[in-house]
Parts: sequence; C-alpha cells; structure tokens
Amino acid sequence: MRPQGAGPIRTTTTVVIGAGHAGLAMSRCLADRAIDHVVLERGEVANSWKTERWDSLRLLTPNWQSRLPGFGYEGEDPDGFRTMPEIIDFLDRYARVISAPVQTDTTVTSVRADDGGYAVRTGRGDWRCSSVVLATGACNIARVPDVAEAVPAGIATLTAMDYRNPEQLEDGGVLIVGASATGTQLADEIQRSGRPVTLAVGEHIRAPRVYRGRDIEWWMDVAGILDERYDEVDDIVRARRVPSLQLAGSPERSTLDLNALTSIGVQLVGRLVGIGDGKAQFSGSLRNQCALSDLKMNRMLDTIDEWATENGLDDEVEAPHRLPPTEVEDSPPLGMDLTGGAINTIIWATGYRPDFSWLEVPVFDRKGQVRHDGGVVDSPGMYLMGMQFLRRRKSALIDGAGDDARDLSDHLAAYLDGRRTGAPN
Amino acid sequence: MASTETTVDNGVNVEALLEAREALSEAPEAAKFTWRASCKWVNGTHSNSTVEGFFGLGEEQKHRTTFTFDADHPEIFASEDNGATPVELVLVGLASCLTAGVAAVAQNREIQLRSVTATLEAGMDIQGILGMDKDVRNGFDGINVHFDIDADASAEDIKALVAQSQKRSAVFDIVTNPTNVTVEVN
Repeated sequence: MRPQGAGPIRTTTTVVIGAGHAGLAMSRCLADRAIDHVVLERGEVANSWKTERWDSLRLLTPNWQSRLPGFGYEGEDPDGFRTMPEIIDFLDRYARVISAPVQTDTTVTSVRADDGGYAVRTGRGDWRCSSVVLATGACNIARVPDVAEAVPAGIATLTAMDYRNPEQLEDGGVLIVGASATGTQLADEIQRSGRPVTLAVGEHIRAPRVYRGRDIEWWMDVAGILDERYDEVDDIVRARRVPSLQLAGSPERSTLDLNALTSIGVQLVGRLVGIGDGKAQFSGSLRNQCALSDLKMNRMLDTIDEWATENGLDDEVEAPHRLPPTEVEDSPPLGMDLTGGAINTIIWATGYRPDFSWLEVPVFDRKGQVRHDGGVVDSPGMYLMGMQFLRRRKSALIDGAGDDARDLSDHLAAYLDGRRTGAPN
Repeated sequence: MASTETTVDNGVNVEALLEAREALSEAPEAAKFTWRASCKWVNGTHSNSTVEGFFGLGEEQKHRTTFTFDADHPEIFASEDNGATPVELVLVGLASCLTAGVAAVAQNREIQLRSVTATLEAGMDIQGILGMDKDVRNGFDGINVHFDIDADASAEDIKALVAQSQKRSAVFDIVTNPTNVTVEVN
C-alpha cells in the first residue's frame, strides 16, 4: 500500500482494524459481499507474529488446519507445524491473493461514535464509516500478576512477549510462572539450554499431541468439538477463560506435558501466590491442579473414543490409550528464596489480554472487556473477531476466523441493509 | 447427559445457588461477605468461641442459633482436654468445606450421593511450637484427606467431584495459599 499523509477525512463503509488472520478473513468476506472497506494495520500484515513471538515458536495447529476463506495449505507437509517465518509468509500471501485493501503503518488512535456511524482516527488521517470490525486480537498485552511488584532487585523479569531465546537470559536458574502452552514451551527450551527451570503451575489443560495415531486437533475438528458454539455451552464466561491447551508444534509431534518437563529436570511447584521478604510462596494446590487437568483430558479422550466408535473409525485408527497420570512429588516446595542466587530470571507466562485503550465507545463491562453477543458488539455496526470462544471453541485459532467472519459479515451486511432501508435493527 | 427428568436429591438447592450467582453478577457488591468469630479464654489452654453474626448481601445477617466451640489441648500437654485442639478444628473446617462442596457439585452434576466420609490426617513436628528448632515450622507439614464416597457415578466422575470441590473450596484456598493476618491489641 502507498503510504498517505494526514489529509481530508476519508469515507468507507467498513473499517477493519488489524491485518492478522481475523482481519484478513473478514476483508475477504466483505469483498465477497461487495462491501467497501479498508483494513488498517499498525505495522505490517501479521505484525504480532513478526514482532511479539519467541524465535522457536511454531503454530500449535497443523498446516492443514489453517483454512481461511478462499485460501488454505497446499504444501507437502499437511501434518507439520509452521515456523514464525512460515506463518508470516502464509498471511502475506493470503493478503495478496485476496487483494485485501490493507493500509499498513497506520495506528488507530481512537474510535468514536459519530453521527450514526464511527469516526476512526489514525496516525495517518481520519476515516468515517458505518461499521467497524475490531480484529486487533486477544493477545496485545502480556498479563503480569500483582506479585511482580514484590520481586527483589537483582532478578531480571520479562514476559513471554519479550522473550526471544535462552541466550537472552543470564546463566542460572529461571522461574517460569504459568504452565499453559507458552510456559511449558519456554520451560522445555530454557531447561535444555542448561538453565535450571522451576515452573509454577496453576490451572492448565493437558493434551496429547497425537492420540490414536492422529493429531489431537484433527480429532477435535472431526468430532465437532472445535465447532461447539458459544450459545450451546453451559457456561460461556468460564469457557472463555479456559487456558490454552498445553500443546507444542514440533517436527517430532511430541507431547509436551508436565511429565515430559519433569523427565528433563524441570522442578514443578504450585501457583505463585505471593512474594514476601524476598521469598516466593507457592500454592499447596499443585496436586489438585494436576488431578483436575488429567480428569479433564481423559473426559475429552472419552468423548473422542465415543465419537470414533459411533462413526465406525475404530478399525482405521490405533486403539484407545491413556497417558500416565501427572507425577507430582510428595511434598513440592512451598517457597523459594529469591535472594540466594538460585533464581536469576523470572518469566511471566501468565497469559495475555487485548488492548482496547483506543476504543472510545461505551461497550465495556465492569471487567473492562468488550460486551458482545458472539462477536456482535453492544454498539450498532461494531463487530469483534479473534477472541477466545467468540462464537465457537475454535474462534481464536486461525482456522476459526473463516466461520466467524462469514457469520459476522452476514450480520454486518444485514445491518447495512437495514440502515439503507430505514428498517429497525 | 441423559435427558430424562432427574430425581437426584442431595439436599442441596442448586437452583437457588445458581440464581444467587446470576443475581450477584448484576450486583457484585452484594457478594462481599465478612465472617466473624469471637473467642473467650476460660482457663489454662481452654477457650470458648462463639459464632453468631456475619455480613453479606449488603446487610448484617445472623445464624439461626448461636454456635459455640470449646478448644483445649489433651492431657499429654498437661491440659484438661475440654475440647478439640485448634489444629484439629482447622481439619474440621477443611473437611466440612470439602464435603459440602462434594454435595453441591454432585447435585449440580446430577449425581446421587449415598454416603460421603472424609478422613483427615495432618503431620506436625511439635519442636516448632515448643521453639526447640527454628528450622521446624509451627504448622502442619502436610495434610492428607481421604474420601470414601458411595454414589451413582463412575470412579472417574467421583474423582472429578472431589477435584472440583477442592477447586471451589474456601478453606482449601485458605490452607494452601497465604493470607495476610492482622492482629491488634487494644
């Protein structure tokens, strides 16, 4: 795109904010419906992937599973996992193939309600539009717990967003806080670099990478688990808070669970619950956290086994099996001196949150989250994409963007029709 | 899940609890409770505690009756053994909290309980409280809880009940995680 300076206010029907997989999928669906739009991107296409991820990260979902509207995987390794450069290339190609009207290097500084539509202010001029799609993603800011303030001087702290590779860290012990996909992958890589890792484990979801000879994502896809809708689950508030599966995308397709980490020497401790007098305190609930996770995993595998039997797949795939229970030592440490030199670095792998500081429309609930019904935001003509369980269990995956974009662009098109004909919404 | 009408009755009014949860999500201030106990020294290590009022749902509340608890130490501590030791009362608190949780979760998951028995054991090296060895803590060195549960459910589902009960238990949280304690004297 040709950069443009701030000039007269430009007008379009829909402004999509963010040119990641979600924004691009929406762009494609809007183009299919001949809805005039622009995609505003603070950096370049796939910016978060380019600038906010660690070097060795691979996508957690297999290549075949990145199905975007009008685009998919055509290479020779459908079961492999994309490296960061491969993800960036994939999204760059998608943007080109669909001729997405992306305006790069354009940071949105505010969105306001304006005369029945929205005024979008950017570092490169202003826009007026009838509708807005928020596709800036769920992972803009690394969450850091309040106890971080009590970390003694002399210990380096960083978030998973700042982390790139083990060489960036001092030698010596590393405390990693959080044991979801991010924390477990970092623990594995850093322990193998010769820095002894202590991993503080709270709620987490264990999963085998490969089950009965097939990728776990394949099972969740074919058995319809990933298609489960937000208005069908018992408790959507809780479903949206569930941490990411403990998965890694490696060429070996190996399972990266707590047992795998224990076997290479990682020390497991309970959730980090306090730091006082230079001492970290860990919860005594580690055993139950692991029991809950094992039970949850086995329930999912039961669901998969039932589905396989009902669908006559038992002869085509390997026999059902279960992973050994998560091993927890009899008395995991409840505390750790942070001043004695055993730990030189703390990494917060405690999740991410979106940044909507620029959204000046009253759509936030008391927890600061955007109020929406399956992505239809509580402000006419505004839509949200790419959030955990937005409309389906897969909503936050690349593979989830297509169905959500189709649904929400339908809603958006109907909204625009209603405005044109004056019908109430 | 079977779609047939349920006749599961563990004596827990789950609907009322779920309604309360719904109501509190609209008015989170009402969810702020204050629990109270008072304790009077009787003689020696014997004390008598009273539980009566508490604050919740925006106003002062009262138990149906006043409950009292004697605490003391056994005779081998040269005491008169007029009641359970305070550390045993902690075990009682944990056991009753987890047991109540098992019943509530079972009701919510439509599992009929027939019997639930929790047996607790906690180790303690009393060199700590006697000030003999500063490396020994005063409190428990660990707590073991054993549940015997007879219910209309698979062994896995029963394990899941107990795990979920721990996840939602106030006393489990209190004993496994640190809490700031402020003690004042007038």
